[in-house]
Amino acid sequence: MTDRIEDPWGSRTPYGRGERWAERVDVHLEPGLAEHDVERWVPSASLLHSNGDGIDIAVRHGRIVGVRGRAADRVNRGRLDPKDVYGWQANNAPDRLTRPLVRDGERLVECDWETAMGRIVGRSQALLDRPGGWGRIGFYTSGQLFLEEYYTLAVIGKAGIGTPHMDGNTRLCTATAGSALKASFGSDGQPGSYADIDHCDAIALYGHDVAATQAVLWMRMLDRRRGPDPPRMLCVDPRTTVVAREADLHLAPRPGTNLSLLNGLQRELLQRGWIDEPWVRAHALGLAELERVVAPYTPERVAGICDVAPAELTAAAELIGTAERLVSTVLQGVYQSNQATAAGCAVNNLHLLRGMLGRPGAGVLQMNGQPTAQNTRETGADGDLPGFRNWENPEHIRELAELWNVDAEVIPHWSPPTHAMQLWRYAEQGTIELLWISATNPAVSLPDLARIRRILERDGLMVVVQDLFMTETAELADVVLPAATWGEKTGAFTNADRTVHLSERAVAPPGDARADLDIFLDYARRMDFRDRDGEPLIAWSDAAGAFEAWTACSQGRPCDYSGLSHARLRDAPGIQWPCTAEAPDGTERLYADGSFGTDPDAAETYGQDLVTGAPASADEYRAKEPGGRAFLHAAAYHPSPEVPSDAFPFLLTTGRTLFHFHTRTKTGRAPELQAAAPGVWVELNAGDAEAAGVAEGDLVRVRSPRGTIEGPARLGGIRPGLVFVPFHYGYWDADGDTRPRAANELTITSWDPVSKQPMFKLAAVAVERVGQCS
Amino acid sequence: MQLAHYLGLLHAAQVRLAEAFREVRAGHADEADVFHLCERLAAQCDAHAEQLAPFARRYGEAADDEPERLHSAIFQGARDGPLGLLRDLQDLYLMAAECDIAWTVVGQAAQGIRDGDLVAVVQLCEGETAMQVKWIRSRMKEAAPQALVVA
Repeated sequence: MTDRIEDPWGSRTPYGRGERWAERVDVHLEPGLAEHDVERWVPSASLLHSNGDGIDIAVRHGRIVGVRGRAADRVNRGRLDPKDVYGWQANNAPDRLTRPLVRDGERLVECDWETAMGRIVGRSQALLDRPGGWGRIGFYTSGQLFLEEYYTLAVIGKAGIGTPHMDGNTRLCTATAGSALKASFGSDGQPGSYADIDHCDAIALYGHDVAATQAVLWMRMLDRRRGPDPPRMLCVDPRTTVVAREADLHLAPRPGTNLSLLNGLQRELLQRGWIDEPWVRAHALGLAELERVVAPYTPERVAGICDVAPAELTAAAELIGTAERLVSTVLQGVYQSNQATAAGCAVNNLHLLRGMLGRPGAGVLQMNGQPTAQNTRETGADGDLPGFRNWENPEHIRELAELWNVDAEVIPHWSPPTHAMQLWRYAEQGTIELLWISATNPAVSLPDLARIRRILERDGLMVVVQDLFMTETAELADVVLPAATWGEKTGAFTNADRTVHLSERAVAPPGDARADLDIFLDYARRMDFRDRDGEPLIAWSDAAGAFEAWTACSQGRPCDYSGLSHARLRDAPGIQWPCTAEAPDGTERLYADGSFGTDPDAAETYGQDLVTGAPASADEYRAKEPGGRAFLHAAAYHPSPEVPSDAFPFLLTTGRTLFHFHTRTKTGRAPELQAAAPGVWVELNAGDAEAAGVAEGDLVRVRSPRGTIEGPARLGGIRPGLVFVPFHYGYWDADGDTRPRAANELTITSWDPVSKQPMFKLAAVAVERVGQCS
Repeated sequence: MQLAHYLGLLHAAQVRLAEAFREVRAGHADEADVFHLCERLAAQCDAHAEQLAPFARRYGEAADDEPERLHSAIFQGARDGPLGLLRDLQDLYLMAAECDIAWTVVGQAAQGIRDGDLVAVVQLCEGETAMQVKWIRSRMKEAAPQALVVA
């Protein structure tokens, strides 16, 4: 295998339309070891992105010593993302948390589990004894735990404590994917499949730097591009990314204007007759309203709003409109921007208008950012109800009450679940008094970090942090619980195209660290949560048991896991849900029959207004008589909440690099990845830089109304007026450098009205030269 | 003919609602969704009032003196804290509901007087007002348990 820092995507294995993507097995072991030195290969999947690549973990002398791609896996056919090639080394890092810690004044001191759990349980019980006790406890989880852990947490929250205050980092990465799928198709669930790349003749990527965020999916796209009958490629991104350079057509709209661009594209399809009108009439609702709403978005008007030339817009529409098998992918450039859900729905519309769903090569991929984000949405650890159930549907609540054997009124369903930003607001106001954070690092990842630090430090708020390392968040905690991670515990997880893998325990966790599942189970036991008959609410005691409970919960729902078990998943090449007795090998594509999940009795939502987020009522929804038809949602463009001003003339967009994941808790401890991208940088348009007197490598200061950061300038690759800063860099390894460098010092507290996903890509900032970099 | 009364009533109610949205926005700047959305909804109210203006002139000459009692004075300035937010949203709800029913009444009159231009304006605006009512209601539903039971 080549050096995957120098050559991130490795060698090409070109293939033509409809052919099988060839295997290419990537292996990386500790220096000096060969494959025959490995004692055991333990099956797992990738944890440092959402692609869900099948991986074998190499074990020698009770340690993880490397990884190998699983050749048979449907997702990667043996390939590895550079983050996975090197990232496993973090498991062996010397600074892993190995003992629980509790706060003693200014210090966190080591203790035993009894002491740490005793503090959490004591506080929980004291809070629950007061009126509205459920409202005093909040859970902020992750996109990086396993399915069994999320489901257990969801049952604890919804049936044990009975709180709607549960969400997580997935709100920041994947909430809009879920919202757009629910709005268009009635229920969450990815329509398409990665295998659609094998069959398509066009790929459109919206705000999705796939080469950096899902490197193996990009390898698949590149291999099609290098083979016979390559698919055409459209990239919509304000930066000139690797994807943009590969694409046949690159549109770089002004940030915040995605919906205008997409309305323009929809209008062109309608005007040019590039729609499958009989299919639309049979399978979708809302065509007349869509035509009315998009009519004003002429190429000229769109050009004025988006700064995209009319000819570019019409060329993009032609690429989409003349494709016979179109794959579209969407990620943070849409999800973390203005009018996120409306724009996500507009991409779904392009497929509905063209009848491009449910058959090979014709699919939408509303992507996820984190490896197990999909599972939070399925199990309800993001606040939704498990199994894509509708909180407004009393029958769905009754099903859960019966399944858990609890009174229906215990299950919070009086309003939508408390989304992450509201949960933090309640903590800020002091009504949430216990905040339990698992496997994520909000002190670096949330917007407006000065505010988040103030909340975490607030008197009267007990902060519990469950993590692998002493993160920036853990440093502010009152109780720190050392957790086991990937390779040290067993559990299932599901990627962005519904592929389920089992990740098995390969080695023991360090010291006293425990699996997150065991921590949650211990809490449930100590809290003595009971069902209606006085039996323990949580009847399972291990991951296989939790998975079995989940399969019962999911049965009959769109995300039906009833044909799956740990035994079935063991050594399987990745199986896509729904997997049932009727479809024992899983289901490659949803909606193959053109029938969507919009039936009122089944739907996950009765719909929301895209402008305000106001929910529609059951009666309003039923009156539409969706009858399995999808919804064409339309909305007018509206400018972002924060736009450039004289004082803050640039727009900041935050984002990612190929070599790091999230706040670098793991990738920053993998030497090759850390060396590949060791510190923050500030990407500027060359013309803007020249006007500001900034040269390549100069130290610049970026200011917003919320805060300031400093970093070296990197020129080029970005549209004028825009500044890019990767969000990965916090302070745990700043080594005494006190300069602020976390991109989220600058970002705005504002979110999409439907998905509640924060807008990380739209802060107005000023940029000034500080001097030469030292 | 009394249509001008209702046009005047609705116009004034839309102007007052726009002001109230902006005051609530300023008073609850730490509630980010309220802060950002109220500005947008205030702008909607501004636009509604603007679109009503020509009709107030069109029917103004036939108007009797506007009865004072049709004016409402619900909102008296933003309050603090979770309960204050709930109370302020309740005021907004009542004021938006006043606009909502006035649009219905004006829409009926517009049909009676066969004024297609006014019918078109009502059709455009009444849906936005109805959605404002729905949003305020849903936002209050979300806030009420925490504000009334937990806080």
